[in-house]
Amino acid sequence: MPVHEQIWSPLLGRLSLAAIPTEPIVLATFGAVVLGGVALLAAITWFKLWGYLWKEWFTSVDHKKIGIMYMILGLVMFLRGFADAVMMRLQQAMAFHGSEGYLNAHHYDQIFTAHGVIMIFFVAMPFVTGLMNYVVPLQIGARDVSFPFLNNFSFWMTASGAALVMASLFVGEFAQTGWLAFPPLSGLGYSPGVGVDYYIWSLQIAGVGTTLSGINLIATIVKMRAPGMTMMRMPVFTWTALCANILIVASFPVLTAVLAMLGLDRTIGTNFFTNDFGGSPMLYINLIWIWGHPEVYILILPLFGVFSEITATFSGKKLFGYSSMVYATAVITILSYIVWLHHFFTMGSGASVNSFFGITTMVISIPTGAKLFNWLFTMYRGRIRFDLPMMWTVAFMLTFVIGGMTGVLLAVPPADFVLHNSLFLIAHFHNVIIGGVVFGVFAAINYWWPKAFGFRLEPFWGKVSFWLWVVGFWVAFTPLYILGLMGVTRRMRVFDDPSIQIWFQVAAFGAFLIAMGIAAMLIQYTVSILRRDQLRVNADDPWGGRTLEWSTSSPPPDYNFAFTPIVHDLDAWADMKAAGAPRPTEGFRPIHMPKNTGTGVILSAISAVCGFALIWHIWWLAAASFAAIVVVAIAHTFNYRRDFHIPAETVAACEDARTRQLAQGAAA
Amino acid sequence: METPSFLSARRWRAVAAPALLLPLSACDWVVLNPAGDVARQQADLVVISTVLMLLIIVPVMALTVLFAWRYRSTNTDARYEPDWHHSTQLELLIWAAPLLIIIALGALTWVSTHLLDPYRTIGRINQNQPVPAQAKPLEVDVVALNWKWLFIYPEQKIATVNELVLPTDRPLRFRITSATVMNSFYAPSLAGQIYAMPGMETKLHAVLNRPGESMGFSANYSGAGFSNMRFRMRGVSPDEFATWASSVAKGGGTLDRAAYLTLEKPSEREPVRRYAAIAPDLFDAVVNLCVEPGKMCMGQMMALDSRGGTGKAGAWNVAALTYDKFGRENVGIALPGTSPAQGKLWVQAACADNTATAAPDTHVSAPASLAPLRGANLARDRYRPSLWPAPAPAAAPPAADATPAPHPHS
Amino acid sequence: MTAQHEPVANAGGSAALTTRYYDLHEHDHPEGGSTMLGFWIYLMSDCLIFAMLFAAFGVLGGNYAAGPGPKDLFDLPLVAVNTSMLLFSSITYGFAMLAMQRGQVRQTQAWLVVTALFGAAFLGIELYEFGHLIHEGATPQRSAFLSAFFTLVGTHGLHVTFGLVWLTVLLVQVGRHGLIAANQRRLMCLSLFWHFLDVVWIGVFTFVYLMGMLR
Repeated sequence: MPVHEQIWSPLLGRLSLAAIPTEPIVLATFGAVVLGGVALLAAITWFKLWGYLWKEWFTSVDHKKIGIMYMILGLVMFLRGFADAVMMRLQQAMAFHGSEGYLNAHHYDQIFTAHGVIMIFFVAMPFVTGLMNYVVPLQIGARDVSFPFLNNFSFWMTASGAALVMASLFVGEFAQTGWLAFPPLSGLGYSPGVGVDYYIWSLQIAGVGTTLSGINLIATIVKMRAPGMTMMRMPVFTWTALCANILIVASFPVLTAVLAMLGLDRTIGTNFFTNDFGGSPMLYINLIWIWGHPEVYILILPLFGVFSEITATFSGKKLFGYSSMVYATAVITILSYIVWLHHFFTMGSGASVNSFFGITTMVISIPTGAKLFNWLFTMYRGRIRFDLPMMWTVAFMLTFVIGGMTGVLLAVPPADFVLHNSLFLIAHFHNVIIGGVVFGVFAAINYWWPKAFGFRLEPFWGKVSFWLWVVGFWVAFTPLYILGLMGVTRRMRVFDDPSIQIWFQVAAFGAFLIAMGIAAMLIQYTVSILRRDQLRVNADDPWGGRTLEWSTSSPPPDYNFAFTPIVHDLDAWADMKAAGAPRPTEGFRPIHMPKNTGTGVILSAISAVCGFALIWHIWWLAAASFAAIVVVAIAHTFNYRRDFHIPAETVAACEDARTRQLAQGAAA
Repeated sequence: METPSFLSARRWRAVAAPALLLPLSACDWVVLNPAGDVARQQADLVVISTVLMLLIIVPVMALTVLFAWRYRSTNTDARYEPDWHHSTQLELLIWAAPLLIIIALGALTWVSTHLLDPYRTIGRINQNQPVPAQAKPLEVDVVALNWKWLFIYPEQKIATVNELVLPTDRPLRFRITSATVMNSFYAPSLAGQIYAMPGMETKLHAVLNRPGESMGFSANYSGAGFSNMRFRMRGVSPDEFATWASSVAKGGGTLDRAAYLTLEKPSEREPVRRYAAIAPDLFDAVVNLCVEPGKMCMGQMMALDSRGGTGKAGAWNVAALTYDKFGRENVGIALPGTSPAQGKLWVQAACADNTATAAPDTHVSAPASLAPLRGANLARDRYRPSLWPAPAPAAAPPAADATPAPHPHS
Repeated sequence: MTAQHEPVANAGGSAALTTRYYDLHEHDHPEGGSTMLGFWIYLMSDCLIFAMLFAAFGVLGGNYAAGPGPKDLFDLPLVAVNTSMLLFSSITYGFAMLAMQRGQVRQTQAWLVVTALFGAAFLGIELYEFGHLIHEGATPQRSAFLSAFFTLVGTHGLHVTFGLVWLTVLLVQVGRHGLIAANQRRLMCLSLFWHFLDVVWIGVFTFVYLMGMLR
């Protein structure tokens, strides 16, 4: 049960032994995590990997390595978020006939909150940011992002936020408010514990990282494109990444501000969102959705780009309607700011306000529909190779349209009055987020894996995973659509009506299928790494790619391109291949690159400590760690030597090795 | 009379519902088959919108499968045009097709959102019966408590907990608030939902057409006891309702302010309770967060604010204003700078009386005639979706818009 | 799989193609080429934070919770003096930048010191005002209006504080390394930041103080 006694000591703040949860499930998880963690650390020490990890990865400013670290973070957090999902499905399948299930309210309410927070902020965002980080500089023919140090710092801030969320599992509690923490429930009066503070500070810390990485990628795309790559010659993925990052920069500050206000309400007792003293909880709900709606487009837009690249590549064709694709992306970007109210039609705004936001929401389906048709006509008269990326793409097209349709349905205010907050809504957004974002990330991983590591992913287990996922998704979420039409609400822990239990059992079975799909995916990665020599791609361009990332070696060298490519056409690499331009094999020059630095790791680690101190009201530690952040940041600015040159000989050696490898590949 | 219409909801339901329901006939699709006319129209809208969108969704899905199959790389018979990437006609088509659907859906949205605005009085009892001109709606005041529902019948001067009894075929007017956190008042078989928010009043207009029992609940998560925050809704004939109301009024129990404050404390799975008498203006006091003695009502506070506040002396008073900022249990916690003496000084300065002020009237009346909604030049009978009521031959006088709505307290 | 770039028979033609498709004579990109753009985008994101705080003030600014309102609390002459401090600091920063353009290290430093003094005066007055309000019981906890007021003005003040720290660090760095390109870039960024805060303050002065007195 929640610990609500407000005991405070100067040394430890609100922290005491009572903060360690006593629920057996949490204790068992705690034990497993500690054992696993110790084993991992021991293994790293045993194999003497600390130096390697620190020098080559943690402190790396290479956008490729940072991109991969983002993907690993997303994957790890995905397992945590999915564990939460399975626990919810089990609870809901059990809690009938007067049974309380196996989770009490305190635990269950944390689980659904954590599931939402983790899946959006620490799974989908790292996946999307990781993809953009890895691919965008390669696609535009750049050697790194505009601000490589900031990139490293952004990653570690995101990781620090994730670490705080994980810490809440074992020290204290997480929020029991739902993933957007609406006040007054999330205010001090109704959530006096540390749960909401964990929520606020983990998101604030991760939010700094997200905003900075958005700024970074915009500057990169605007400033660092290869010569000849005009805006309308940018690959579609780069376009969608640009729009997504504009959305990040134009929406995450809103989240920062609104969470800061909630944090002030909770920490010093201001009255932004209180019931009394003139506060307005409705203000919070408006502001957070002004961030929240663009957020879903931040997630989906880059994946639209991924599907565009994959469809064109695997159909062996130019993308149909490139410019209408670009305009559609831009229109979605702009429209995503004027639809936020559709998340709360039921708040009692007037009919005209509701219709306005309902109609603007529907209007978004026009450019989205246009995009879908563009993919369709890219396939038309193509030669479609059904490798895994393309399989995921077709599954996306068939799944996403249903999610889009139910979304437009929910945008009709009177229909929303009967479906709002129901399981129909849950089914809808999982339909677009799993069907769009998750399928897209899997497509992208299968597509760019050979680029990143030089060998393909093993297709058998990939296909097993694919089918389990797609079937599992529909088995898990069709029942939720049905339950929504039976008037069943979200976030319920126990049920009265025994006739609906069967649907929850079906949904739980679907979750089980998805769990098998995830297992198959992990097996796929393991098998692929073990059999990497058989799966090696000798040509650097295994799929017949069309964009610049395929013009360099797989995996790319640290400097990406020995010579910056010059762009003459939309599909730059397809153009180069068609022209038969030979790769230059001599005349290499030293390449100017940024140096690695540990400052990002250190700053983020101190930020996590500072967040922890603020959560637990350990004021001395908060002040000390904040001061430390300032001092470290200032010290960093005194370092003026942040770059170096890769000597021409090193470049030449690297490129010669590649020339030999390509010749071998051509001979084989 | 009824002419065939593309948008006839009943027609579409006849086609769509069996297909949907066939394998699941045992289940209670309450959202699609409700007992109230408002929910009925909302369900129609769900079905119509879905069908409208399927017009484009189905071809897209079919084409996806067709193209994926036909242009597979092993099928070398299919045409291959690697450089074909643009067609102006096709581009026009792919933007225009969704646009047309959205124009249709947008028009439907605009009209239906206005007609089914929960703040608007209902215009009809059911598809064939307009609201009689002199019909007076039954008023029910709803309070979401942690974690139970309080229903106050001001006219009958009775109240119930977790039980909502409603007469059939009579317009209903709910005034809704919450004592603590945000909830959503939702009885799926009656009408759509609307949020119940502390310190605020929302409204819902509805009518129940079929007698029978069903469940209502909060549709917005409100904390630990949320799952059990359910009430039983019972539709009865008007006579039975009168009998029931008088039996409750004869039973015991008084919901005065003290009893309310006890009831308000967090609890779960509350049994049904009935109160034969209620404190006057209890609901308004709940909305104004001033049931507790000594608290200043929100309306009073807002009136003072609109006059520019109470000056520097007012800075020190907080006790009369603290409601739940630090939790209801901790009311009266010391704020920096507060002292009892200063508090007293201020109370004199403001002379706050402890009566609630009613919320401003946000009444919206149903239109007596739907003519302007359809456009002046369209022949009425040929262009009438059954979603909207047939204009009664001798319709109610179009006075509803001009005269203020009857206030239930009058 | 598609054919890799096979050796082309015609050597002269392939060399031309290589030149067409690869930048063979590339020079190092000057460091910090994206800095101004990046910093500008950052400022816009910061601007959005202020926009939200302004929005919160716009919504809550009349909710005095039966407590004191702006007319009871604000000392307009004092705020006018305060505003002038910040405006003067912007002007002196401008002089610092002119000196930087001319490459005069001493003068740049001198103007920066003057800017810092004006900034510190601004902060001092603001802290005095806050202290005074809190002493009178008009704390951020008193009403939604005061919460929004303290947060908006306080956030601006925190930015100014941060700017002062940054300015001090830059003074040291200019002292050590002179007006090298990196330091010039940093001074430019701080310049943008400083003027940005000035613009925000004009919004605060108008929207919070002046219009507050008219409410």
